[in-house]
Amino acid sequence: MCTQTTGLVAAEIERRGIPTVCVQLLREIAEKVRPPRGLVVPYPHGFPLGQPNDPPAQRLVLEAMLAVVEEERGPGPVLRELEADER
Amino acid sequence: MARLSDLPLSYRVFVKGYPFRRIDPVPWAPLAKPVAACRVALVTSAGLSLPDQEPFDEGVRGGDPSFRVLPADTDVSTLVEHHRSQAFDHAGIDADRNLAFPVDRLREMAAEGRIAEVAPRHLTMMGSLTAPGRMVKRTAPEAAEIFVEDRVDLALLVPV
Repeated sequence: MCTQTTGLVAAEIERRGIPTVCVQLLREIAEKVRPPRGLVVPYPHGFPLGQPNDPPAQRLVLEAMLAVVEEERGPGPVLRELEADER
Repeated sequence: MARLSDLPLSYRVFVKGYPFRRIDPVPWAPLAKPVAACRVALVTSAGLSLPDQEPFDEGVRGGDPSFRVLPADTDVSTLVEHHRSQAFDHAGIDADRNLAFPVDRLREMAAEGRIAEVAPRHLTMMGSLTAPGRMVKRTAPEAAEIFVEDRVDLALLVPV
C-alpha cells in the first residue's frame, strides 16, 4: 500500500511543478499506480534503501534516484531498475 | 526486488484483488536546474514521527491519512515508528531510520555539493492506506503545498 500512497503524493507534488522520484519495491504495483518517475530496487519490503547502517549502499540508491531525474526527459511514467552493478 | 509471493498469504490475496488507484494523466514536471543547485525534500511512508508529535492513529479504518512535518535538523534516532503493517520486517527501520528517511545521507550530499541544500521541511505519512480518498482529496494537496512554499526543487519519496 505504501507504493500507492507515495505514488499519489508524488503526483500531487509533480502537478505543482516539482519533479519527483519514488523508490519502488514492487514493479507490478508501480505499473498499476504509475507515479511519474520510479526506481525499482532489488530489496525486500521494509528495506527500501538496502541495509541499515550502510551509508554507501543507501547513497547508491539515492544517486540512482538522482540519475533518473537527471537523465529522463519524459513523458511519464518512467520506471527504471537499480542496475546490478550499482548494488 | 520484492515480490508479491514474499508477502504473507492474506496480504497477497488482498493485493491481488485491490483496485489500485491509477494516476492518469501522469503529470511530468521537468527538472528546472542542475541537481547541484536543487533544494531537495524527502517523503517517507514509514509512519515515522517525532516523540512530541501526535502519533499516527492505528485505529482509523482504511488508514490514517494525515502527515507530519520533519524538520531538516531531525535527529533520526529520536523518530518513533507507527507503521501498522505486519506485511514486512520492521527490524531494518528499527536499526536505522535512514533506511526509510535518509536525511543523514541528504545532509552528506549537501555537504559534498551533490545537491544545493536539504529542504527545511520533510514529510512523513503512514503508508498503509487502503482507503486513500481523504489523503488524495485533502492531505496530499496540503503536503504538496508545503514543498511549494519552501521552494523545493526535487522530492524523493521512499515507501517501505
